[in-house]
Amino acid sequence: MKVFNIVIAGVGGQGVLMASKVLAESALASGMDVKQNEVHGMAQRGGSVISFVRIGDQVHSPVVMPGSADILISFEPLEALRYVHYLKPGAMLVYNKGTINPSTVASGLATYPSDVEEQISGICGDAHGIEALSLAQEAGNAKAVNMVMVGSVLKNLPIDAQVVEGVVKALSKDKGVEVNLKALRGGAAAA
Amino acid sequence: MKTIISGNEAIALSFEDSGGVFASGYPGTPSTETLEEVARLGKVYCEWAPNEKVGLESAIGASLAGGRSLATMKHVGVNVAADALMTLTYTGVNAGLILMAADDPGMHSSQNEQDSRNYAKFAKIPMLDPADSQEAYDFVRTGFEISEQFDTPVMLRTTTRISHAKGIVEPTGKIQPKVGEWVKNVPKYVMLPNFGKIKHVEVEARLLKLQEFAETSPLNRLEMGDTDLGIVTSGISYQHVKEAFPTASILKLGLVHPLPEKKIREFAGKVKRLMVVEEMDAIFEEQIRAMGIGVHIGKDKISFCGEVNADIIRAAAGAPITTGTAAPVENLPQRPPTFCPGCAHRGLYSILSKLKVFVSGDIGCYTLGALPPLSAMHTCICMGASISAAHGMAKVNEIAGRTEKPVAVIGDSTFFHSGITGLLSMAYNGGNALVIIMDNRTTGMTGGQENPGSGQVLQGEPAQQVNMVDLVKVLGIHNVVEINSYNLEETEAAIRKGLETPGPYVLVDKNPCILRYRVKKPLYKVAQDKCTGCRACLKASCVALGLTASGEKPKVGIDPNICNGCGVCAQLCKFDAMSEV
Ligand SMILES: Cc1ncc(C[n+]2csc(CCOP(=O)(O)OP(=O)(O)O)c2C)c(N)n1
Ligand code: SF4
Ligand code: SF4
Repeated sequence: MKVFNIVIAGVGGQGVLMASKVLAESALASGMDVKQNEVHGMAQRGGSVISFVRIGDQVHSPVVMPGSADILISFEPLEALRYVHYLKPGAMLVYNKGTINPSTVASGLATYPSDVEEQISGICGDAHGIEALSLAQEAGNAKAVNMVMVGSVLKNLPIDAQVVEGVVKALSKDKGVEVNLKALRGGAAAA
Repeated sequence: MKTIISGNEAIALSFEDSGGVFASGYPGTPSTETLEEVARLGKVYCEWAPNEKVGLESAIGASLAGGRSLATMKHVGVNVAADALMTLTYTGVNAGLILMAADDPGMHSSQNEQDSRNYAKFAKIPMLDPADSQEAYDFVRTGFEISEQFDTPVMLRTTTRISHAKGIVEPTGKIQPKVGEWVKNVPKYVMLPNFGKIKHVEVEARLLKLQEFAETSPLNRLEMGDTDLGIVTSGISYQHVKEAFPTASILKLGLVHPLPEKKIREFAGKVKRLMVVEEMDAIFEEQIRAMGIGVHIGKDKISFCGEVNADIIRAAAGAPITTGTAAPVENLPQRPPTFCPGCAHRGLYSILSKLKVFVSGDIGCYTLGALPPLSAMHTCICMGASISAAHGMAKVNEIAGRTEKPVAVIGDSTFFHSGITGLLSMAYNGGNALVIIMDNRTTGMTGGQENPGSGQVLQGEPAQQVNMVDLVKVLGIHNVVEINSYNLEETEAAIRKGLETPGPYVLVDKNPCILRYRVKKPLYKVAQDKCTGCRACLKASCVALGLTASGEKPKVGIDPNICNGCGVCAQLCKFDAMSEV
């Protein structure tokens, strides 16, 4: 299989790394080669995070180049716009519609653009916004936004949904299993 | 069994599997998770040292006592440990010793870009440069073997994309740790000039032997393909080369110092154009040119700055790069990191910002106080420099007849690392600065590691806890005052007093890091009828704050999901619009 490039973007604290881990472990469980890498610099403190998951028969670099992502999953609209140029021409973007103010906006140094979603659709013809927060809340935990987002792209990935469910089960603890699976399925149904 | 782990985790696992006995180090991105993983795996003794020099010296002791040892640090940590390293190369080791140095090309979270390969050359020791997690695992085992066979410390160098990227690793089986003899050997381990002279000769001879080893070792691998282009590379650059030119001939170096001259010459003879792909410095290229071998594409086409990627390599060789890429959207609001909601640093910086003092800064979460809107830090050089630099400033100010007193801001971990000596100097030499120690009892910036002030060791078990105020006093500082920087009025008064009082003056804030210690405080809310939209509170630079609507004078709101109740914004509000929920 040719290498399939997934880019996941978001804000520190949103669970981008956990989502990446689920996809990477799922690829391993499916017998594929995989590399996963994120740039989180000082992301814990509200910075922007970008993570790459590359899967295929043989993967060399852990880095996805701009213009070569097969899919972009963004946990926040502004971050979707920031990284939309990572997509291959014609590739797909799924983003969470809930916004998070960057510190520059919170401190009044910048304004959050009011037309982010229009700008996204202007650049990517295959962009889909979903209400991940309410789906996560329905599943039982606002923090499960990451699982909703993974769910929302399941049918577009070269990995079997059953395998992903198995990995989510294995990686979640106690009550988290039910919540995460519900969030994953909620995301899948919403997409 | 195959697992998918990061380079750091692979090094930790292999350390355990390769008979490791003792590991020490100091946190620093991207090296930190290595020791944390050794601790999590739980089979081998490991500890945080207060700085990298102590970490390496402890590893040296462990090696001399017969245990395979590991010292971990980020690239700039090697500068701190370099004094030990440069003579350790003379003494050699007893049991194997590996110094892991994690470089950060692209400066994802560092103050400079520094190529640790220079240190291997400088110290005349072997260096291994893994290209993925599997090699990171394998090279620890090989590193110990080389260290013991050649009686030398070995450097294991990673870069951010090796340390943090995850790939599939298949462990190769466990070696039981065994502790060797603890021997006295004065000529080998006491580096007086007479013994050192003999040792230096041995170091040069060792380097020649290592060179021979490099010629035949499978660590350096020829991958012959298309002979139009031949590429010499190592580490993460190898992976980018494979993406850019999957069919080119490659000489992949795993042992990057010393270089296999014959092998390189043979490779160069087989290919039409020789290309060298290396991040940061021209370490390979300069040596290859010095061998009299022509390099057709190298640092003339690939920058010394930042990371390498497949398109940079393609472009350097005149090949087409990825097409169809949309241009990045410009002028989007940046999303830089800032203090966590509820962090104690926020209160301090809103005062320093207001007082417009000169702040001699240091490295930690509190460095973020340099960014707008706080903009209240004016130097940040290296760990510990805040205090010593403030001391120098104060002396020149005195000579110049200036009355303004500099303020040094430093965190607890940084103070223990290398701030103590600066403060000692200030006390000894009659300095005149205000020093503020933000004692949040953790090493926050690197993810909240334990330190000598946190009362816990790496494994989380209780430990001796240093008393910051006592420590400061014992250095000879008479004015030491505890502050609570959540209280802006009191803190401002304390800072003013410190600035007015001649001589060294130290303030210690002991509020814990809210992220590390999961502190939850009552939330704040904004009374919309009282808020005038003046934006004074936004100066707190807190992501929980936001304007509630657009238009002329929008009011401020607090996101209850994000606020962590520090109350700083409420104290900045002149209209009493904010209060606890
Ligand atoms: C020589 C060196 N070693 C390690 C680091 C990595 N590093 C950056 S900040 C920091 C510690 C910060 O801890 P502290 O001073 O307690 O401040 P906090 O982040 O908790 O506010 C470390 C270890 C470095 N920059 N330089
Ligand atoms: S990690 Fe701790 S010290 Fe750093 S910004 Fe957050 S609360 Fe402050
Ligand atoms: S909103 Fe105000 S009280 Fe809440 S964390 Fe931010 S600055 Fe502190």
